[in-house]
Amino acid sequence: MTDQNKPMPIPDGDSNVFWQGCKENKLLIQKCSDCSKHIFYPRILCPNCFSEKIEWVESTGKGKVYSYTIARRGGGPAFKDDVPYAVALIQLDEGVRMFSNIINADVEEVKCDMAVEVVFVDSGEFTLPKFQPAGILK
Amino acid sequence: MSIKNAAAIVGVGDVELEKGKVKDGQSVLQIQAIAAKRALEDAGLSKDDVDGIFVAGLWGLPGVGSFPSVILSEYLGIQPKYTDSTQIGGSAFEAHVGHAAAAIKSGLCEVALVLYGSTQRSEKSRTLAGRPPVLTAQYETPFGLPSPAGSYAMAAARHMHQYGTKPEHLAEIAVATRKWAQLNPYATMRDPLSIDDVLNSPMISDPLHLLDCCLVTDGAGALVIVSPERARDCRKKPVWILGQGESHSHWSIQAMPDLTVTSAAQSGKTAFEMAGVTHDEIDVVQIYDSFTITVLLTLESLGFCKPGEGGDFISNQRTAPGGDFPMNTNGGGLSYAHPGMYGIFLLIEAVRQLRGECGERQVKDAKLSLVNGTGGTLSSTSVVILGRD
Ligand SMILES: [Zn+2]
Repeated sequence: MTDQNKPMPIPDGDSNVFWQGCKENKLLIQKCSDCSKHIFYPRILCPNCFSEKIEWVESTGKGKVYSYTIARRGGGPAFKDDVPYAVALIQLDEGVRMFSNIINADVEEVKCDMAVEVVFVDSGEFTLPKFQPAGILK
Repeated sequence: MSIKNAAAIVGVGDVELEKGKVKDGQSVLQIQAIAAKRALEDAGLSKDDVDGIFVAGLWGLPGVGSFPSVILSEYLGIQPKYTDSTQIGGSAFEAHVGHAAAAIKSGLCEVALVLYGSTQRSEKSRTLAGRPPVLTAQYETPFGLPSPAGSYAMAAARHMHQYGTKPEHLAEIAVATRKWAQLNPYATMRDPLSIDDVLNSPMISDPLHLLDCCLVTDGAGALVIVSPERARDCRKKPVWILGQGESHSHWSIQAMPDLTVTSAAQSGKTAFEMAGVTHDEIDVVQIYDSFTITVLLTLESLGFCKPGEGGDFISNQRTAPGGDFPMNTNGGGLSYAHPGMYGIFLLIEAVRQLRGECGERQVKDAKLSLVNGTGGTLSSTSVVILGRD
């Protein structure tokens, strides 16, 4: 999955810190200093209380599969040769959800609520946060 | 403030498809013009009567921004007093009905034209690719989620996990909908279909099979909505707008608060309260069926059954012809047509049912119909309740 033709994130003022963190193998998410809620995806105002007092914190990288699908047809031509692969919504222990892929597991083993942990995968210029079943060796 | 009985649908129009395509390579502007002319003829009105225009989108015009109501008005030769390009996906048309009724009630226009068309099938313009990885899509597209099927698949997987819903339940919806399509000479897919056929069709994005997914077709449709005063002079009996609600809960499925509940819980409540009717009084329902799971979640969210009970609710072909819950009577997005955004066709079918124009598929004595649109990735919903005198 290091294909240079894959769509890679185009960072912006909200996301530069997040993608830089991934490159350093840190899963950085935001936390509101006023209402204490965690925030993902990153943004300039807290979507809960509209506060501007937002800080970056490092996630434990642990969470559960909230839901998932196994792509039998690729999400566009760039993913055609990767099928079948698992795309999941990860619910981090901090309470926020993010898209990722489940790797280092047979796609048929992926289940809702299974415990997963982050693993960083370099893909050209970018490093993407992916997830694997918790507790397995890398 | 309510728009109950503030306006009526008095004209509907659409175009014929052959194997899901418009005839003779017609353009997206041509087919909308034909649908508009047919809807106005149906109403007994002329183009010059139109003073409000509602257009959600225009396929096929590249370039910055989108001016659908402006472009289409120019093509048709209409200079409106009221213009609305609200684009919230497949539910936009149900929203337009509410917006048109509100504008008419306020005296801002008298004769509203709602229009839609797409030639996506002829143009072969659909793929499963996600949006370009900019802004909020940068957190989604790099992971290769098939779009939009993968998002709906995730909702189905979560519903199955929480409630034990089975692929067989979803297949019931596809099969019942096909039976309606077999009664509609204009439906794209009319071959017999069994639950096994659905379960044995290729898996697209687990747990959704090919036959859990809507068609990719062309299509065009139009509605004419007028004030009660204008309705008196129209060719056919009015279909009254009794209630309408709209909402959206997220854009990306990543931000959907609960993957088993759509914002129809809110838009449906608004529409029911405005109309002052109960679920039991509805004679025929038209529920957006982009995917089979869309229908199941929507029936629960609208309160036709309790959360988690959607599978049992639709079992035993209850929504098929002859069942006690007639639903998607034209054959739906699953078997009739689905030109990118489908919501206007739900409204057209509801009007035809309430007028008694549906021939073999007519639901006897239909007086009240509920129409639900869903857009994006379960993102937006709008609900309209229609009734005849
Ligand atoms: Zn806050």
